[in-house]
Amino acid sequence: MSQFVLMDVFQAFNEVPLYHVCLEVFLLLMVLWLIFHQSYNPNETGDLSKEELQALIDEWTPEELVSDVDQNHRALHPRVITSKAQKYISIDNNKCLNLATHNYLNFVGNEIIEKSAIDTIHKYGVGSCGPRGFYGTVDVHLDLENKLAEFMEMEEAVVYSYGFSTIASAIPAYAKRSDVIFVDEKVNFAIQKGLDASRSRLKFFKHNDTNDLESLLLEQAELDKKNPKKANVTRRFLIVEGIYMNTGEICPLPALIELRKKYKLRIFVDESVSFGTLGVTGRGVTEYFDVPKQDVDMIMCSMEWALGTIGGFCVGSSFIVEHQRLSGLGYCFSASLPPLLTVAASKALDIMTKDITIFSDLKDCCELMHSALETINGLKTKSHKHSPVKHLVLSDECVFTIPREEVLYEISNYCIQHGIAVIVPSYLEKVEKFTPTTSIRLTVNNKLSSEEIKQACTVLQEACNALMSH
Amino acid sequence: MAAKGVVNEHSLVGKNGVSTQHDRNGLRKVQEFCIQNGKIQESRNGSTHHSKEKKRKTVESFEQVPLYTAVMTYLGFYLLMFLGWLNQLLFTPNVAREQNREGYVPLYNRFESFYLRYVYRRVRDCWNIPICSVPGAEVVLKDRITRDYGWTFEFTGTETKCLNLGSYNYLGFAETKGPCAEESAQAIRDFGCAQCSPCQELGTNPLIVELEKLTAEFLGVEDAIVFGMGFGTNALNLPSLLGPGCLVLSDEKNHASLILGLRLSGATIKVFKHNNMKNLEKVLKAAIVKGQPRSRRPWKKILIVVEGIYSMEGSIVKLPEILELKRKYKAYLYVDEAHCIGALGERGRGVVEYFGCNPYDVDILMGTFTKSFGSAGGYIAGSKKLIDYLRINSHAACYASAMSPPVAQQIFTSMSIIMGKDGTMEGLRRIRQLAYNTRYFRERLKKMGVIIYGNQDSPVVPLLVYMFSKIGAVVRTLKQRRIAVVGVGFPATPLMEGRIRICLSAAHTKEQLDAALETFEEIANTLGLRYSQQRRPTDPVLYGVLDKVD
Repeated sequence: MSQFVLMDVFQAFNEVPLYHVCLEVFLLLMVLWLIFHQSYNPNETGDLSKEELQALIDEWTPEELVSDVDQNHRALHPRVITSKAQKYISIDNNKCLNLATHNYLNFVGNEIIEKSAIDTIHKYGVGSCGPRGFYGTVDVHLDLENKLAEFMEMEEAVVYSYGFSTIASAIPAYAKRSDVIFVDEKVNFAIQKGLDASRSRLKFFKHNDTNDLESLLLEQAELDKKNPKKANVTRRFLIVEGIYMNTGEICPLPALIELRKKYKLRIFVDESVSFGTLGVTGRGVTEYFDVPKQDVDMIMCSMEWALGTIGGFCVGSSFIVEHQRLSGLGYCFSASLPPLLTVAASKALDIMTKDITIFSDLKDCCELMHSALETINGLKTKSHKHSPVKHLVLSDECVFTIPREEVLYEISNYCIQHGIAVIVPSYLEKVEKFTPTTSIRLTVNNKLSSEEIKQACTVLQEACNALMSH
Repeated sequence: MAAKGVVNEHSLVGKNGVSTQHDRNGLRKVQEFCIQNGKIQESRNGSTHHSKEKKRKTVESFEQVPLYTAVMTYLGFYLLMFLGWLNQLLFTPNVAREQNREGYVPLYNRFESFYLRYVYRRVRDCWNIPICSVPGAEVVLKDRITRDYGWTFEFTGTETKCLNLGSYNYLGFAETKGPCAEESAQAIRDFGCAQCSPCQELGTNPLIVELEKLTAEFLGVEDAIVFGMGFGTNALNLPSLLGPGCLVLSDEKNHASLILGLRLSGATIKVFKHNNMKNLEKVLKAAIVKGQPRSRRPWKKILIVVEGIYSMEGSIVKLPEILELKRKYKAYLYVDEAHCIGALGERGRGVVEYFGCNPYDVDILMGTFTKSFGSAGGYIAGSKKLIDYLRINSHAACYASAMSPPVAQQIFTSMSIIMGKDGTMEGLRRIRQLAYNTRYFRERLKKMGVIIYGNQDSPVVPLLVYMFSKIGAVVRTLKQRRIAVVGVGFPATPLMEGRIRICLSAAHTKEQLDAALETFEEIANTLGLRYSQQRRPTDPVLYGVLDKVD
């Protein structure tokens, strides 16, 4: 039997053309070579001897872990607050009118809020002991999310445990490496970190300049025409702030919405400063400009300014916000907001819903402060009259007795010594993408009387006069 | 098919049961010394420590999965995907759809939505379970049901009180009464709920100053700085310490916050195998010799980033070996003690005390206050030079808001109790109780024949169940039996290694643990969890014994 098989094989071999046989033999040799040859590992340091390796290792000296710092830096000698950060604040035991911390609606020190926070400690303890996915979701969190969604007239809200991470986690949850983000130059640092984490292509447009933005969008449209396949998978985002923390200006929202519709962008607005301060009922920049809320894809906000607590939230349609419950890094991998701070935010929201006079009071104070600041000789204000955050810079015409970089710090020190707390905000120059100009940042709260505003401006004027050369 | 069971005792026993001795730069000698009844052995020659270094014999186990289980897990997963694909074909999903955005590029990628809707949704009820009480030794869960297979949930209005094996409450400081709660309430009356200002501007109050001093004293270092969020501490400080031109050696299983911080810093990241010192040394050597990629310039600095206890594995970092490597190759070390501060060591000072090392040897000590102190926030501690640098250059110090006063007070009070500054033995009692609970629970589980990972002293106990659907089954069954545990699966863990994670607490009593273990015994039979193929220990497990009496 096997004889016949062998005969068949031999016959088959004879009938096959020669090149076929050669090819088969060649392939067989290739397979044998692949199995037996030594594989090449590019990482091996095989061509250096042991002594040479040791010498390289001994030679290498690292830099210092951190460089030396100037021991006189202000951050090493911070001002210590020895009271509650309410309308009046005690800085190094010096009582001052508080125009420095962000307490626009005076929720810090509000007795109702404090009592409910204390009651919450007696029910839930202080910490929540877990992230939202693992028994860290307390019923007060769900309560706050419902209230926020209702207040902002959106479908869903998601609450984070820290204001900075809200914004820095929300952006990379949607924008990835292949996407493009159009963003204003003067956005705050948290947004900048979110942009870095997303790794998208960034296009900065000049502060509040819609023409510049449009030219950038046109450029992008040109690119898209050349490569329509890529354009179909590139998401486009527009990120702005309601009121810019670094300049106090309000964004031109209606114009931005027009551009959004025309060029099919998704717009995220950071309303950390404008939430609770703009609009008749404090619902932010969408109410101020009377823009329908569905035109904005998502609103991100830090609760650490107007609401007087810690944390942040994002609010929008369920389609968009639900995604963050599994992709927001600061939401999934961090412990949830302590219940007492959640309840403080809840109660603050209740007050905001019931009593809308607080917003008109704030608006009046902002306008009064704005007109009073304009009368100061030596400083000029660049912020919007309705913004509770005012930036003061030196007037170009005036000459001072000390170098210009130091004038604002000296003014701030003088004011604190004379009972008005104003500060110069600190920035990390080496890390910011576009370092904001040095300024004095003044915050307005809704319980300021006109005498207090006048007094503040008087002290500021005195400070300027003391430093101006005549 | 015999299982390749591996029990690592500092690699004295290799794989396949063959005993091999690894001699790594004199480390073999070190392993022969160990703690016995607190007696301290002589330290090595040439050591630069000035404190007594106790050598500890650690016992860890990571038994490998039986082949049959591995195959079934993969098959199960493919079956789930297939059913999901069928489901997608035949029924429309009950999800929110995007309105008013026609012509826009889709926001999410298709595989992600598919996985979420058809695989994750089936077991979605095991996560995000709301609670309505303090997360102490027992917790009250709000019951919810789904009428449409997991698309939406409704509250039934009833509540279930369960034994809490899921929250991070290692020393039991999640309390509603007692000195911590009272003093936090007083802090609200004195300083309000929040300061509403970044740390560098007007964010410092006497509470924070005292807390920083106390943290530095607690850890035995020069200075410390505190931040309002633990996640943020990593993500916002690593970029200030590193930059392009620096090299980072990061453990495989590092936490998402560390990975985010390292990515944001712009440094080059190389990953080494989990807790594998040989691999770390190999990568270190190669990196120093070859220099930066492409330019071949020498690295500016090298930082090794590890965690004290890895919360998904339950393993403890091999600190003495890393310190040895660090000294040899002139690298810096960053230890994230989120889960081990307060939980390890005789006085709760973390992994450095556990191994008897000198805290000055670790360049950057980082930790969080969420787990053992019942509060929120994080800290970084080290030399005064490091902390001064961070006070000026840290992203969190400059832009993020300061810690809330009641939160800071809770940490201060609980830390004082742990240190014994309140004049009682309460702190030591809690630490002791946690250590006893940990050993007892782990030994009893091993006796049951289930596979648990990690070090015998780690209060985080991952119990392997492998299959995705079993995670759901175990969590639901335990919840019915009034025990709350956490299930973890893909993508937080490797695809094949679904697990149940149990977190022990000093607030648990022996009776509660015994009741829980009985329940585990029952479900180990009904749900088939006895995967271990090693011989089960037969000696009785005693409560309150930390070292086996020979």
